[in-house]
Amino acid sequence: MLDKLKIPERHYLNNGHGLASWLLTKDHKRIAIMYLISISVMFFLGGLFAVGIRLELATPAGDFVSADAYNKFFTAHGVIMVFFFLIPSIPAVLGNFLIPPMIGAKDLAFPRINLLSLYIYWIGGIFTLYAMLSGGVDTGWTFYTPYSATGSNSNVVPVALGVFIAGFSSILTGLNFIVTIHRMRAPGMTWFRLPLFVWAHYATSLVQVLGTPVIAITIVMLGVERGLGFGIFDPARGGDPVLFQHLFWFYSHPAVYIMILPALGVQSELISTFSRKTIFGYSFVAFSSLAIAVFGFIVWAHHMFVAGISTYAAMVFSFLSFSVAIPSAVKVFNWTATLYKGAISFETPMLYAYGFMGLFAIGGLTGLFLATLGMDIHLHDTYFVVAHFHYIMVGGAIMGYMGGLHFWWPKITGRMYSEFFSRIAAILVFVGFNLTFLPQFVVGYLGMPRRYHSYPDEMQVLNVMSSAGASVLGLGYFLPVLYLLWSLKNGEVAGANPWGASGLEWQTQSPPLTENFIEAPVVDHEPYEYEHVVAKEKHLV
Amino acid sequence: MSGHVSPISLYLTIFMALMVLTGVTVFAAFVDLGQFNFLVAMIIAGFKASLVIWYFMHVKYQSKLTKLTVATGLFFLVILLGLFLVDYGSKALTGMPPLLN
Amino acid sequence: MSNAVAHADEHAHAAHHPALQHHFDTMAQQKEAAVVGMWVFLLTEILFFGGLFAAYMVYRIWYFDAFAEASRSLSLFWGGLNTAVLIGSSLTMAMAVRCAQTNKRTATVNWLVLTMVLGTVFLGVKVIEYADKFEHHHVPGYNFQWAAHEAPAAGEHAPAALAASEGAAAAEGHRELSLNADQLQLTTQIYFSLYFTMTGLHALHMIIGIGIMLVITWMAYKGRFDEEYYTPVEMAGLYWHFVDIVWIFLFPLLYLVERHV
Repeated sequence: MLDKLKIPERHYLNNGHGLASWLLTKDHKRIAIMYLISISVMFFLGGLFAVGIRLELATPAGDFVSADAYNKFFTAHGVIMVFFFLIPSIPAVLGNFLIPPMIGAKDLAFPRINLLSLYIYWIGGIFTLYAMLSGGVDTGWTFYTPYSATGSNSNVVPVALGVFIAGFSSILTGLNFIVTIHRMRAPGMTWFRLPLFVWAHYATSLVQVLGTPVIAITIVMLGVERGLGFGIFDPARGGDPVLFQHLFWFYSHPAVYIMILPALGVQSELISTFSRKTIFGYSFVAFSSLAIAVFGFIVWAHHMFVAGISTYAAMVFSFLSFSVAIPSAVKVFNWTATLYKGAISFETPMLYAYGFMGLFAIGGLTGLFLATLGMDIHLHDTYFVVAHFHYIMVGGAIMGYMGGLHFWWPKITGRMYSEFFSRIAAILVFVGFNLTFLPQFVVGYLGMPRRYHSYPDEMQVLNVMSSAGASVLGLGYFLPVLYLLWSLKNGEVAGANPWGASGLEWQTQSPPLTENFIEAPVVDHEPYEYEHVVAKEKHLV
Repeated sequence: MSGHVSPISLYLTIFMALMVLTGVTVFAAFVDLGQFNFLVAMIIAGFKASLVIWYFMHVKYQSKLTKLTVATGLFFLVILLGLFLVDYGSKALTGMPPLLN
Repeated sequence: MSNAVAHADEHAHAAHHPALQHHFDTMAQQKEAAVVGMWVFLLTEILFFGGLFAAYMVYRIWYFDAFAEASRSLSLFWGGLNTAVLIGSSLTMAMAVRCAQTNKRTATVNWLVLTMVLGTVFLGVKVIEYADKFEHHHVPGYNFQWAAHEAPAAGEHAPAALAASEGAAAAEGHRELSLNADQLQLTTQIYFSLYFTMTGLHALHMIIGIGIMLVITWMAYKGRFDEEYYTPVEMAGLYWHFVDIVWIFLFPLLYLVERHV
């Protein structure tokens, strides 16, 4: 049967050729592809700096790079990975590509603004990269004052400006998604028929739209203080550096949810598809996304327990931080319940989904350690924190991104990748990841502080484990580049719905037409109804 | 198809109200109300802003979604300011600000 | 299903307006999307200025006396005038949108031009005020000087100079300040840092608004709008009114901290 499948004659990739047809496109799918290439480059660059960090930490002495260069390494790693890879990763690539077909629309509500957001992202990225290459920044990705305002003599303002610019790209993407999900749904596509991926992106967009402007104004205030000599955060003039931290984390804590929420959405799709069951407790999973988005805004000061906030406020924020665990746990439990008695298969996307579940649970639960006031005093600014947020950002967000990319790759390109190599890569990523970051929990608990380029000799074993794991992880991330590129020419033709998934995006050809559907779809059934899918498949093949 | 067209008289009324309220807020600033000076100024400003949002910006005639969007913005502004006050308000109990100690 | 039929029906009967983009079914859907999109953008603007208001709030609580002193050095005349000018420009903007709604091309252009003129007047007044601050060394930075040494000789009213000596303050009816002259020198600088950041960003928004309006005016002049499609005028209006609202809050916060002593 597979021999009969052919790539359709007309699709979005061959609808117009040449550079201009890409750079001036208004097609959300082409913009998503350009985002995919851009963030992959950024991921590679951020990864290079991570290699530098792990090489330095392979030995206890600071012998690979100077302390100064090391500061610039981890700053570059953080800034690139957070602002230029993780935040745009799933929304700008998978969300951009999939939200319109998932809701049965021809495009996002504002196609030109979508393209604009890509250009803004490029400008911000070029700005930041130039500043990094021409001297770098040594403040850490958090730009804490007063060091960033008056102490550091590195390129703080250009890099912060790059982040500021990229923020607008994020805002515009979120704005576009919100309006699209509200106003562009196909007939019959009610709110409770939306895929959970779309719900998760709706919640993400809210955070992007509400949080990002606050980091923008914070960067403006930092900029006028450093550039024009204004005194807003300068303690020498009666200013409060902790105020900067408040404003910074008002965005940057919710920003974690910008990274993880879309991955949670991907996860819901994968779990349902590969266990061929309706998601357990659909509305709970849907609303838990919104709850995480809203709770995300009321917990930020748990990053500042030892920074000089009042004890009373610390208690309030500690308590509120625990509340985020509730919607997160709702999701994990509901996925588990979905798997129960499901017809589970172990294709590559599902391997990532399984990895995600475990790593997200560890990352989330160690977050509770850090939200506990007494524990945090011991663990603050140690490798325990580093391990915790890597479990969420890498083990959670990037696992979700990889799983989603593998899941929708046949939809995006029309071809399948090598199942064998992709499974190996998924396992390498899981093993490498745990080997890298599990020892960091221990070494952090033992008291190794973050952001130092040397450490006591007795911590070397754990650090060497970490560095070794990082190379396995690196291999696991590099392998997909090879087999995914290979699949572009040589992969088997996938057909419209290779996984037998239920979403509306699988009801159109792969790769889709520029306008997504031949005729506007009408939705007449609930989401994740697999008996429905089988009936439709015959019609498509 | 075109949106709701408000009568010119309504716009003029709102304009006059805004001007009068500006006068009132300046006047109120010169009266010693103690702690309440700030509150009065903010209530007047909030009322003025509401007039602009409701009539000049046509939110009165827009969909529920638009109204909800406006409300969301204000809600999160309150969260921002309110939780800042949780910290800075209780700092007064623990000997702040630094410069004065 | 009935929903779908109605939907298709509507699509078939509505005559295609030239401004209707291909991915929308009807003009109503397109307009609604634009309105919601604009409001979501304004929502980001609320939080953008919200960050500044939060910083303002913290320092106003901490250094109230410095804020009161510094605020008194602003000219109530210019501030009040600018408030009136900006409220006036909101009225003219509302009129421009109304004329676009009722398809009055010339009137739309005229009201838009008047709005831009009022916006420019506002910025002009702002320039006068800023120039005054430069003269008095009230711009934060290395040259910031709160109680100007040469000021009393010139016979100018300098509240801080009075505040520095408690006797003179009592004679003037000032209440006793909790900050001494050195502390005032530091903390009034925070006030002016916020003053310049807030009013500067507000002015920047106005300049962008005038830029947008130039384009919209040209489009209106070319007859691009009718009663079916006037979305750009309405969007520019929403933006302009928002800038007005920011000023409605900035005026009491910056000019009227404590005027009654």
